[in-house]
Amino acid sequence: MEPSQTQWVRIHPLVVRITHWINALAILVMVTSGWRIYNASPLFPFRIPNELTLGGWLAGALQWHFAAMWLLVLNGLVYVTYGIASGHFRRKLFPLTPRAVLRDLREALRGKLAHEDLSIYNAAQRAAYLAILFCLVVLVFTGLVIWKPVQFHAIGRFMGDYEGARFLHFGAMALMVLIVLVHIAMVILVPRTFPTMITGRARRAS
Amino acid sequence: MKKRSMETSLAAQSPKLIRSVERRLFLRQGLSLGALAMLSGCNLTDDESVQRVLEGMSRWNDRAQAWIFSPAKLAPEFPESAITKPFPFNAFYTEDEITVVDGKSYQLELAGLIRDKKPWTLPELYALPQASQITRHICVEGWSAIGKWSGVRFSTFLERIGADTTAKYIGFDCADDYSTSIDMATALHPQTLLTFRFADEILPPKYGFPMKLRIPTKLGFKNPKHIVAMTVTNEYPGGYWEDQGYNWFSGS
Repeated sequence: MEPSQTQWVRIHPLVVRITHWINALAILVMVTSGWRIYNASPLFPFRIPNELTLGGWLAGALQWHFAAMWLLVLNGLVYVTYGIASGHFRRKLFPLTPRAVLRDLREALRGKLAHEDLSIYNAAQRAAYLAILFCLVVLVFTGLVIWKPVQFHAIGRFMGDYEGARFLHFGAMALMVLIVLVHIAMVILVPRTFPTMITGRARRAS
Repeated sequence: MKKRSMETSLAAQSPKLIRSVERRLFLRQGLSLGALAMLSGCNLTDDESVQRVLEGMSRWNDRAQAWIFSPAKLAPEFPESAITKPFPFNAFYTEDEITVVDGKSYQLELAGLIRDKKPWTLPELYALPQASQITRHICVEGWSAIGKWSGVRFSTFLERIGADTTAKYIGFDCADDYSTSIDMATALHPQTLLTFRFADEILPPKYGFPMKLRIPTKLGFKNPKHIVAMTVTNEYPGGYWEDQGYNWFSGS
């Protein structure tokens, strides 16, 4: 049998890799400090174990949260601007139909999801990445309303003002954390995707 | 060439092996990252250089908030039916430790960049033009409650005493040893009231008798109660919570 030639192909552009890891760090800080802030006045009858939180106490958690928010938003703006301007979003995340998402989700649950070509996201991946983006947009806007309910009252009116924004902020966080956990689980199941997000390259047998 | 074909043939023969090696490496890296995070996580915030960065960002956020703050933007006001009952008590001590100020001997002391520093008694303060507001009090902890406060517009009072409104800060000292300070733009905001009444009754001790500075454009801890002295100044006065790391501007 003829040995197959191995090719290195570029999968993830540099901008995507850098913004991905900055985003991962910003989200880690925002979520863990946010949990500490939540604990100061829980919306629901449970608290987040303090061991999982960042900041040590409310003032420390608020410092982390309001420092990392700049990182999250500025990095997010770079990513979204790049994604739209370069056609990255259009090429990688679309087209997307509900039927394709359902089909690929079923396949994924059966463990039959194809990952032969890492440069093409399947429909379940596309939906997950878009959902994370959507959650982050909701988190930023509800966050602005919680941070400045008077100055950003014009935005708050559409989400039940300060108190409504608190619930939405929590809900968007919970959904995003859930998707990120699935995302990490998938990386563990298909580990060669991990170095690819650092080097940008993947082996492709032709 | 030869080496390469060896490598590729190895890859072709045992992709499973390579995958499992990759997986093991990834898991190990993941675990050591997690261990590092756990080791440093508990005292990361206490680290001096981290603390400097966080405090620097907090000062930056003071400037950003001053820039966002609009002197004309009003906090939403509510109907009487929206008032939270009972209105929560909140302080850095418990309800049985509330300071009770004697209204008869009470005087508000004035200091700093003020033309007329004559102290004010309660009857004199009550005689000033009064206004009311029903607004949402938002605590830095996250909870909020709607209440009704009445008193004199703080800008009117500052005008009466001849305060230098080009100064940067106004600092407050309170009978319960609390202190805080605010920026001049917020002090002059039309909804910033020096209040003597809560829900149309003279402020009870638990809500800050004899007076509370009600600022609906700031978080609750920036609304001092039991005020006994105020200073108009250009030197940063800090405050009880601010000195411990809570953001100074804390606008809403």
